[in-house]
Amino acid sequence: MKRARQVLLASAVLGAGAAVARKRLPRSTAEPRETAARWLTVTINRAPTDVMPGDTLPPPLDGLADRLEARVRPAPGDRGTELAVRLKDAPQAAATSLPARLAGQDPRQEVRAALREAKSLLETGEVMRPDTPPTTRETPGGKLIGMLARRSSGEGVL
Amino acid sequence: MKALCWQGVNKLSVEQVPDPELRNDQDVIVRLIAGTTCGSDLHLIGGYIPAMRSGDVIGHEFLGEVVETGSAVRRHKVGDRVVVASFVGCGRCWYCANDLWSLCDNTNTNPGIAQAMFGYESGGIFGYSHAMGGLRGSHAEYVRVPFADYGAFHVPEAVDDTSAMFVSDSVPTGWMGADLGGVKPGDVVAVWGCGAVGQMAARAAILLGAERVISIDRIPERLAMTEQHIGAETIDYTATDVAAELRERTGGRGPDVCIEAVGMEAHSDGPMHLYDQAKQQLRLQTDRPTAVRQAIHACRKGGTVFVLGVFAGAVDKFPLGAVINKGLTVRGAQQHGQRYIPMILERMAKGELSTAHLATHTVPLDEAPRAYDMFKHKTDGCVRAVIRPGT
Repeated sequence: MKRARQVLLASAVLGAGAAVARKRLPRSTAEPRETAARWLTVTINRAPTDVMPGDTLPPPLDGLADRLEARVRPAPGDRGTELAVRLKDAPQAAATSLPARLAGQDPRQEVRAALREAKSLLETGEVMRPDTPPTTRETPGGKLIGMLARRSSGEGVL
Repeated sequence: MKALCWQGVNKLSVEQVPDPELRNDQDVIVRLIAGTTCGSDLHLIGGYIPAMRSGDVIGHEFLGEVVETGSAVRRHKVGDRVVVASFVGCGRCWYCANDLWSLCDNTNTNPGIAQAMFGYESGGIFGYSHAMGGLRGSHAEYVRVPFADYGAFHVPEAVDDTSAMFVSDSVPTGWMGADLGGVKPGDVVAVWGCGAVGQMAARAAILLGAERVISIDRIPERLAMTEQHIGAETIDYTATDVAAELRERTGGRGPDVCIEAVGMEAHSDGPMHLYDQAKQQLRLQTDRPTAVRQAIHACRKGGTVFVLGVFAGAVDKFPLGAVINKGLTVRGAQQHGQRYIPMILERMAKGELSTAHLATHTVPLDEAPRAYDMFKHKTDGCVRAVIRPGT
């Protein structure tokens, strides 16, 4: 029974991984271009003048500024400010493929992570870091979850 | 230090692990005074919550003493006795600012996993899988508390350790069910589940002015405890038809507010239980929604069903037709503890709310695996086991 449950757990983990992969895989030949050109957006609970003072991107996005287009506008309903960015040069399909994403080489991952960090820095003054040192052991299932978690921290639907 | 670690499905052990470290300027390190078993931990332990790793420290409901503070911590100092909300909130994103703390934008460090599961991620929670941020849990000698100015609360002198510990999760979770379920004076409220959260939901409903509160369970000592300590009426669902009993007790209308405090491993004595269990084991559904279905059917027309129990994924035979055709409001949430904890501590200090009776057993950390086994199988009258690392 225990063995069966472990197999079921592994299936669930793989299922979750597949769900992530499915979400990330292009569904048509037209989609990669569309996805690559899409704005990545966060809503920040600060005024527009705090988010882009003097039209300057907040850190750490400022380090990518020469590669990014950006736009900013007040969020409706006093929800703060919508900050949207995208790469000026939309990446090729291969650069946004699943293997590239799993390897952490999709250039949009860096932008997503920077957007999340910019939001957190503006709202809280810091970016929450995971606990360390780890208490986990390197089992096969654990390695898979660890890999998903590492990718997950730089991902997000935004 | 010692910590209680998840080692695999239904496998816990106490291990030596590295001490936690301050990782951000707004962190504190807390030395555990007491923590408790929670029903939602059983879902983790049983393998129903994805993204657990062997060696993960579990536990999320706790009280302790501050032993180290980050440079940006303003409201706490070394030596403070604090109760800590189980969800971590940054305090300044739109969700925290609007008292929806478990939805915090800035505290789940692995957002992509939960986004794939739910569309958007929740905030981080202590000891509750890498999908919920991968933070270390509290069944340990020490735990790191991020954004401590917002999630850790001074405990008044008048409130003892064990009573205050339940303010970390059970009490605010229960209170939230009654509050966000819209309980108002004169209402009849039904609560599924007489565990700690269910009892606290029932007590909150009474304090919010409900005319009658009816709690449903099958465990005799929990039913008796709910009558004696909470002041609610009870129904043993193994002895009667719950829907018929509720109709009879409510003049044929049904309860105004139904609060489900059971979760994804619900039990019942009917054939639907076998059906749900088989589908869950085969992963054709991830959760067993038995009590949710019953609450939706029992609720009066135009009433509210609040889902407090933890669910992780998809359920089968969800009675959407009843929701639509009876004009129900269905709502759920993980606990927004920071919203309620100060008020709850004040009420406890004044004697309006008591929780000490929930602590049926106390064990040292070394015996935590045995405590969880007892809690899971509800043996020896166990409602909650308190784990005290310092003993």
